[in-house]
Amino acid sequence: MSDLETFRAETAAWLEANCPPEMRQPMVDESDACWGGRNPTFKPGQKEWLDIMAAKGWTVPDWPKEYGGGGLSRAEAKILGQEMARLKCRSPLSSFGIWMLGPALLHFGTEAQKKHFLPPIARGEIRWCQGYSEPGSGSDLASLQTSAVDQGDHFVINGQKIWTSYADKADWIFCLTRTDKSEKHKGISFMLFDMASEGVSTKPIVLISGQSAFCETFFDDVKVPKEYAEGVSSVVYEVNKGWDVAKYLLGHERSMISGGGSEGATSLGAKFADQYGRDEMGRLDDPMLRAQMAEMDIEVLAFRAMAERFGDTFKAGLCHPAQPNMMKYAGTEINKRRHELIMSAGGSEVLEWESEATNGGLTARSWLRTKANSIEGGTSEVMLNVVSKQILQLPGA
Amino acid sequence: MPLYLNDDQQMLQDSAADFMKGEGDVAHFRKFRDMNCKDGFSHDLWKKFAEMGFTGIMIAEDEGGLGLGHMEAGVVLEQIGRNLTPSPFLTTAVAGVEALNAGGKALRDKYFPGILAGDSVLALAIDEGAKHRPDQISMSATREGNGFKLDGKKQFVVQGGSADTLIVAARTSGSAGDEKGLTLFAVDTDAAGLSRDSVRLVDSAMAAHIEFDGVLVDADAVIGEVDDGNTVLKRLLNAGRAGSASEILGVGAGSMEITVDYIKGRKQFDKIIATFQSLQHRMSHLYSEMEIARATVLKAQQMLDEGSSKAEMMVSVAKAKAGKATSLSVKEGVQMHGGVGMTDEYDIGLYMKRDRALQEFMGDVNYHTNLVAEMHGY
Repeated sequence: MSDLETFRAETAAWLEANCPPEMRQPMVDESDACWGGRNPTFKPGQKEWLDIMAAKGWTVPDWPKEYGGGGLSRAEAKILGQEMARLKCRSPLSSFGIWMLGPALLHFGTEAQKKHFLPPIARGEIRWCQGYSEPGSGSDLASLQTSAVDQGDHFVINGQKIWTSYADKADWIFCLTRTDKSEKHKGISFMLFDMASEGVSTKPIVLISGQSAFCETFFDDVKVPKEYAEGVSSVVYEVNKGWDVAKYLLGHERSMISGGGSEGATSLGAKFADQYGRDEMGRLDDPMLRAQMAEMDIEVLAFRAMAERFGDTFKAGLCHPAQPNMMKYAGTEINKRRHELIMSAGGSEVLEWESEATNGGLTARSWLRTKANSIEGGTSEVMLNVVSKQILQLPGA
Repeated sequence: MPLYLNDDQQMLQDSAADFMKGEGDVAHFRKFRDMNCKDGFSHDLWKKFAEMGFTGIMIAEDEGGLGLGHMEAGVVLEQIGRNLTPSPFLTTAVAGVEALNAGGKALRDKYFPGILAGDSVLALAIDEGAKHRPDQISMSATREGNGFKLDGKKQFVVQGGSADTLIVAARTSGSAGDEKGLTLFAVDTDAAGLSRDSVRLVDSAMAAHIEFDGVLVDADAVIGEVDDGNTVLKRLLNAGRAGSASEILGVGAGSMEITVDYIKGRKQFDKIIATFQSLQHRMSHLYSEMEIARATVLKAQQMLDEGSSKAEMMVSVAKAKAGKATSLSVKEGVQMHGGVGMTDEYDIGLYMKRDRALQEFMGDVNYHTNLVAEMHGY
């Protein structure tokens, strides 16, 4: 056996032996994800799974070991992902720290910042949220106004963020602030601070789905120290260079949101045929719905191949730097269409908003939730603008 | 295996791109169309394909070929698609060779030298109606003496007029729709009782209606096992479908490229029309569709090369997705060219016509969408 084959066999055996049975059940909704943090809520099996995976560094398999990662090569990390998918092991930890802040710190952070911030992320001890959008700064993010004023050994933050995912549950925030009003892009800084600081308050926003994953976040004279420890600055990269970090991070965010397009692991048609009934040929007994389901199967399988290719080329440095924008556009648009089809297939039953039979309107709420996919993290229209300008190099875009 | 071309495949792509651009570009295509060539392609160019090693791309190394796979065949086919290069490469060197690879050594020894030399051409006699329905083949092959007697009709036999040999699917038992009972034959086109009516298609390629009137072949002509032709046919179809998905992808990529160039140069209202957001968003959406199609085609070919049991599903996904994306590309291309898109002088219309023909080759989007549903068990 090659080294990789050995690694695959050992990994599979280890997962079989160590993954709690509850963590091999499919997730029903977002509440089944484990987010860790200072005040964690664990469902059965989640804590054991998080701790044992974190001990191996496998919450972040491809981060270096000294920062709490598994130190795996790209090929090994891909195998771990494949084996987890094959054995239906849930992800041990959902975390904006892993998905967003981590990659930014690994790229832009100082050694002291990495050592200070990354291991608690890997272990799921600190839950992060992202402070980007403001009421007046959505697609035009760089127009943001939340100010950070230099007061010698600390900054004073004032302003408001919006669409801050899980701000009410987060321990720390990575936040874009304005440190220079005379410059647009070059007057923004990327700051890290504690959500428990005096002057920080949050207010959940009720969405059309009835859920409130997003918050408004207010900063009222929040004092943020310049250093948390020797060499551990609260600013990532440099003051007024936060836009570089933000752009880099948006790439990660966009590729993450785009993952939705491949979420349909099982064929919709195969799932609904049993529920709907079949004709004498064994076909789903509604030819138009069957055709739409098959088209969706093709879109989902095609996007899954795209996601694999994107991941491979991204890691190998072969993909266009603006490609995450295309992925975000395509993935979110497919996901919205998929949920439209699920609603259509469900008919009147999935309209029930609160009944036990629908698990509290889960299908409808999920459908509504997907409408944000093509708005958050950059709208589809903005994504298309970026592709036009940076990839197709169309003039004046 | 990562889902992108490795260094060797990248080199092959570069040489195939240079070759098609240099020897078989759109000007070459127009020349053969305008001389009303009865074969629709240049035999000299086919010899050059052989000199490049392309005709032996899927023939094993110990049989004189390059011993490469579906991915590499796809690399060459994409360049054929981009340049609209007229050639019998897909039917001969990809689908035809793959069928013969599934058969015995005697047949390979008989046919491979001619293919490797660029002397012979294979065509695929599968379809019997206007739509691709390989599960409904009814042409008959009845036992006669030491061999078989073939009776029936085939159509849309691309390169059938110029082919030396046909790969023919016929029924040795059972009836249309049965899984068992098909047999594949290698039939030389000079056989008595075989008549061909070669017609020009919308894309200027040549395809034949072929009639078999008591055509006698001996048992040696059987590819694979009698009554188990589906095993061979599946390999042929997988190769042909994945290959045509690559070619159609090349057509879509070529059409997109010339359209982007066109809108960057065209001015209206004192502005370059590429500055209009309505065109930018449509073009970027097309880019996205083409990228997804490319990943899908590569994935299908990689799975075929790995011998994955799920390859067939991905092949259908690839033919459908590449078909959809390229159809969008040529339609947007003609529209964005405006009036000149309707002229013969501009190339974009040629891409639209090639796309239409390739859509029908070995199953269109609807056919493969239905197959995906069937393979998923609904």
